[in-house]
Amino acid sequence: MIEFRSVTKRFPDGTLAVDDFSLVLPSHKTTVFVGTSGSGKTTLLRMINRMVDPTSGCIEIDGADISTLDPVKLRRGIGYVMQNSGLLPHRKVVDNVATVPMLRGMPKKKARDEALALLDTVGLDRSLAGRYPSQLSGGQQQRVGVARGLAVNPNILLMDEPFGAVDPIVRAELQQELLRLQRELGKTVVFVTHDIDEAFLLGDQVVILRTGGKIAQIGSPAEILANPVDEFVSTFVGADRGKRSLHVENHGDGDVVVDETGRLAGVLVGAPPSLAAAATAPFEPESKAGPQGSGASAQGGDPR
Amino acid sequence: MTWIWSNLDLIWDRTFDHLVLSVPSIVLSFIVALPFGWLAHRYRASRAVILTSVGLLYAIPSLPLFIVLPFIVGTSIRSPLNLIIALTLYGVALMVRVVADGLGAVDRDVRQSATAVGFSGWTVFWQVELPLAGPVLLAGLRVVAVSTVSLATVGAVIGAQSLGSLFTDGIQRGIQAEIIAGIIATVLLALALDGALVLLGRLLMPWTRPSAIGTVSRTSAALAEATP
Repeated sequence: MIEFRSVTKRFPDGTLAVDDFSLVLPSHKTTVFVGTSGSGKTTLLRMINRMVDPTSGCIEIDGADISTLDPVKLRRGIGYVMQNSGLLPHRKVVDNVATVPMLRGMPKKKARDEALALLDTVGLDRSLAGRYPSQLSGGQQQRVGVARGLAVNPNILLMDEPFGAVDPIVRAELQQELLRLQRELGKTVVFVTHDIDEAFLLGDQVVILRTGGKIAQIGSPAEILANPVDEFVSTFVGADRGKRSLHVENHGDGDVVVDETGRLAGVLVGAPPSLAAAATAPFEPESKAGPQGSGASAQGGDPR
Repeated sequence: MTWIWSNLDLIWDRTFDHLVLSVPSIVLSFIVALPFGWLAHRYRASRAVILTSVGLLYAIPSLPLFIVLPFIVGTSIRSPLNLIIALTLYGVALMVRVVADGLGAVDRDVRQSATAVGFSGWTVFWQVELPLAGPVLLAGLRVVAVSTVSLATVGAVIGAQSLGSLFTDGIQRGIQAEIIAGIIATVLLALALDGALVLLGRLLMPWTRPSAIGTVSRTSAALAEATP
């Protein structure tokens, strides 16, 4: 369990990134910080492994105040995945994954063996182990990044917009992989994104932030969708634009789901017989819903 | 030509003397430049001071330096050590800026992510920043190597043996072949050291090899991703 207790962060240039922030991040769940740039979401994430130290307030991991812990030791026990993978360009894939265990004193051979097994875990072929990061595609690099984050078998996995720089198709694939991994491993995941659809897809607990690290709303995706507390939240989740209000229309060929703007959002699956034709209609939700993959949430409003 | 054939031993000896002067100087300038370059890179305030004062070293004319240095460090004027110290100073003058720039060119994201996964300050330097600055350091070191080999010849004027002795001797005795042999041998030695450095770079930095960054492999990687 990670707990923020009235944490404030003011940078030397005077910017108030986070203001009196308190939150409990439950163990074995995924908490997503979502907000626009300047909302302090990355600052919050970086405070957990002491890349940034709060100006006031404290952060506890399983009851221990992390300001009393050695930052290097703390970081070696927490998985960290960032945008653009952050891999070491001068080390082969296998060595990138084995890096942190070796820093912790694991013998090279054992660290490499475990690294190879981790490549399997994240769905990468072992033949890539001997390559350098620049020889991989963006999606593959990101998978290596996840494997590296898991290498010390941490309880906590911090993910800073890890899928922000890959194309929408690969991103969707990586998101599904993460969901699968999370079902298997049950880590305490802290995930930062500016993409609300990604937040709703991955988060058990979603924290919508406004400028200055102030919490606009906390809740499960369903709670937030059903009851946005204010205009800021409903704008952010797209409810005000009718993007989340769906109804069924008959278009002659069959029934389709349409949002308030008239955009085709998808089809009803598992529909009654009268709608069966629509369920097998040739268009997939993704192809109509744009790069945000919001088609997933179109299937009945529940993002899962 | 006949002079060269009958004096191969002499040329070889002078080449060896030249190596004894230049190789330690090149190595020492790299080692000495590292901490200064690091300081200039790490502390913004020190940057201008360090880079300017070190750069000024290069403005000292070599001959007076060779003559003055023994009074400062207490070596004999013809001792190789005297020359090595002087050549090292010139090498440092070139290399400090290269080290500062090379470290500065390391991707900030990579450095940050290394810290974030648990590299400590020193391990970030030795295992991440220094190797990644490698290509820039190598480029600088190649310039230092060639310039050191050429500067070392000046030592002959004050009587320190090197390939430069072939010029001075050739001029004094009017042997043109000896002068030409000295010039060619100096150029060849510079090229050989340069080549050795390139080779060393390939060995130490396999990730910079063309095969490691080739566009072909990038395409095939993309294909592999597309068909899981």
